[in-house]
Amino acid sequence: MEQQLTQQPSTADIRPTSSSRRRSSAGLGKGLGLFSVGLGLAELLAPASVAALIGIPSSPRSRLVLRALGVRELLSGVGLLARPNSAGWLWGRVGGDAIDLALLGEGFTSRRANRTRLIAATAAVAGVAAVDALSAARQTRGSTLSKIGEPIHVLKTITINRTPGEVYEFWRELSNLPRFMAHLESVEETNGVSTWKAKGPAGTSFSWQAEVMIDRPGICIGWRSVQGSTSVPNHGVVNFAPAPGQRGTEVQVELKYQPPGGSIGAGFAKLFGEEPGQQIQSDLRRLKQVLETGEVLYSDASIHRGMHPARPSKASTKTLKGAAE
Amino acid sequence: MKANCWMGKRKVSVEQVPDPQILNAQDAIIRVTSTAICGSDLHLYNGFVPTMERGDVLGHEFMGEVVEVGSSVRKLKVGDRVVVPFPIACGRCHACQQGTTSLCENSNPNAWMAEKMWGHSPCGIFGYSHLLGGFAGGQAEYARVPFADFGPIKVPDHLSDDQVLFLSDIFPTGYMAAEMCDITPGQVIAVWGAGPVGQFAIASAKLLGAERIIAIDRFPYRLQMAAEKAGATDIINYEETDVHEALMGMTGGRGPDACIDAVGLESHSHGPMYAIDRTKQALMIEPDRPLALRQAIRECKNGGIVSVSGVYGGFVDTFPMGVVVNRALTIRSGQCHAHRYLAPLLEHIERGDIDPSFIITHHLPLTEAARGFELFHKKLDGCEKVVLKAA
Repeated sequence: MEQQLTQQPSTADIRPTSSSRRRSSAGLGKGLGLFSVGLGLAELLAPASVAALIGIPSSPRSRLVLRALGVRELLSGVGLLARPNSAGWLWGRVGGDAIDLALLGEGFTSRRANRTRLIAATAAVAGVAAVDALSAARQTRGSTLSKIGEPIHVLKTITINRTPGEVYEFWRELSNLPRFMAHLESVEETNGVSTWKAKGPAGTSFSWQAEVMIDRPGICIGWRSVQGSTSVPNHGVVNFAPAPGQRGTEVQVELKYQPPGGSIGAGFAKLFGEEPGQQIQSDLRRLKQVLETGEVLYSDASIHRGMHPARPSKASTKTLKGAAE
Repeated sequence: MKANCWMGKRKVSVEQVPDPQILNAQDAIIRVTSTAICGSDLHLYNGFVPTMERGDVLGHEFMGEVVEVGSSVRKLKVGDRVVVPFPIACGRCHACQQGTTSLCENSNPNAWMAEKMWGHSPCGIFGYSHLLGGFAGGQAEYARVPFADFGPIKVPDHLSDDQVLFLSDIFPTGYMAAEMCDITPGQVIAVWGAGPVGQFAIASAKLLGAERIIAIDRFPYRLQMAAEKAGATDIINYEETDVHEALMGMTGGRGPDACIDAVGLESHSHGPMYAIDRTKQALMIEPDRPLALRQAIRECKNGGIVSVSGVYGGFVDTFPMGVVVNRALTIRSGQCHAHRYLAPLLEHIERGDIDPSFIITHHLPLTEAARGFELFHKKLDGCEKVVLKAA
């Protein structure tokens, strides 16, 4: 990986993990699809037998619920068969599993339930849920189970109404980065090694060291984390190219990093709104604001934690003041 | 301070909220003297715009006196009397330099939300959902205005608030609607909707030299205003007259050279399509209902222009693309790039070419904003335009 950086800092070097890898997992998606269709048909056509099999009492209500679940299974099954690579349909299955588990949990409260069978059914659904979640996470990230260790790859571009030289100068002064990278607290560079401090989840803070590997004024900067300085090894390249039609500079960032927990960890992080691609895109947008207008623009809502502008409450007054200072 | 807040579907109320503060060095704080309720506020009111939050301060048509400026503000001074254009724009990005300020690339801090919905983000807008920035609006005693040196325009004291307030949105919006028609002498322009934007589209088409201007609506008082005040040469009440036959008769069987949709996503009509669109909207499978737009496209002459100034937010169904292609129509649209029209339209007002106050039917204190919304929404008491006085 380090070699890529010392050679050509072009996008061709760090190709996104793409179609060939995704295709290889289509088999599992299809399998899950067929499973869904089979289960769906059984639930829809023979709800009483299914109820007996999983150990819940057969009643008009339970049969109705099973039929509804059958329709859902059929839908997601057909969806998966049509698009076995679709992360959306796979995540749909994960959601369905959650509902099934919740309903099975409710089954335990019934006195007429066959506990042994219920436990077996719950274990089976939990197993299927795990397979669903793994395939969904891996499809989301485009990596395979055997390649959980693959780094996250992000590629984002923005056009800034300044010359490549100006944008390069600003970026190369690494202490400027926290002005537009929301998660960074500070970057200090001494003797070619920079120390990065960043905000982590839940008020934590962590730091690592990086070294600039490529430095071509007005063209590109490449860096990588110093080995052993971080549990999130990362490296990246930022290219500055003149935009066509005198429109300034196309700034393109490529970043690869090894998140804790691998691609599944990243998948979960995405669920909680910390999707790396979006983060970088927002950082680039703030860079554009700083270079074009001189500052990052705040709206009344953007300085609140949620999305609330001026609201008739004391709490918001406090937040507003805190942010303004 | 007091501000008119969105409290849920069809519910607004004036609440005590925190005063706005300088958050960026290029901000100014304005003491609002006059503010208005816009037709597009009704889309918020009726719950058609996503990402509104209970308590959001509404309002994007406002003017007043500068009471505070940030450290980087150079041109604007405390005490200046200004009108604020509704799009928030930086003036320095590529879009702003092209004059397309409603596409400012730097003014929507929630651009990622807009990108999810529309692919790319337009500018931020005052008091118009979190998707468009989450900026507090101007239906309030005070308002914070970003990029104060680029947006607000100073207005001379001899012009009243009522004469210049509509530079903030509806006058430039109507003007741009007419400008997009590429009007040449002798042309016939039809305008769907005789609400405030429709009135200014008509008045602007007249300023731009259209020969015949046809207003289409169903409220007689609005059509009367279009004919007597705005300058429409013909009116069609679609509740009484067949629009197609009437337009054929008025245009020698060709159709209007250009058609303006000044209605937008909550359009009304008769017949089965209206019922179908309303049902789909209620079931949330079609966010916008484009009845006026479909008719405007159908009626437009071969090779003509359809200019869309009405607001649409998401998707429309049964869009007559075949008509557009086979009859070589041009569709133009956009939120108004208000900044570029401020100075020329102020000049028109100063010269007396137009007095925009003709559309005002109601003056209310800010505290009665809720009543203003109801009057405007239900079109009660001959309501065309409500101006709220904050002070």
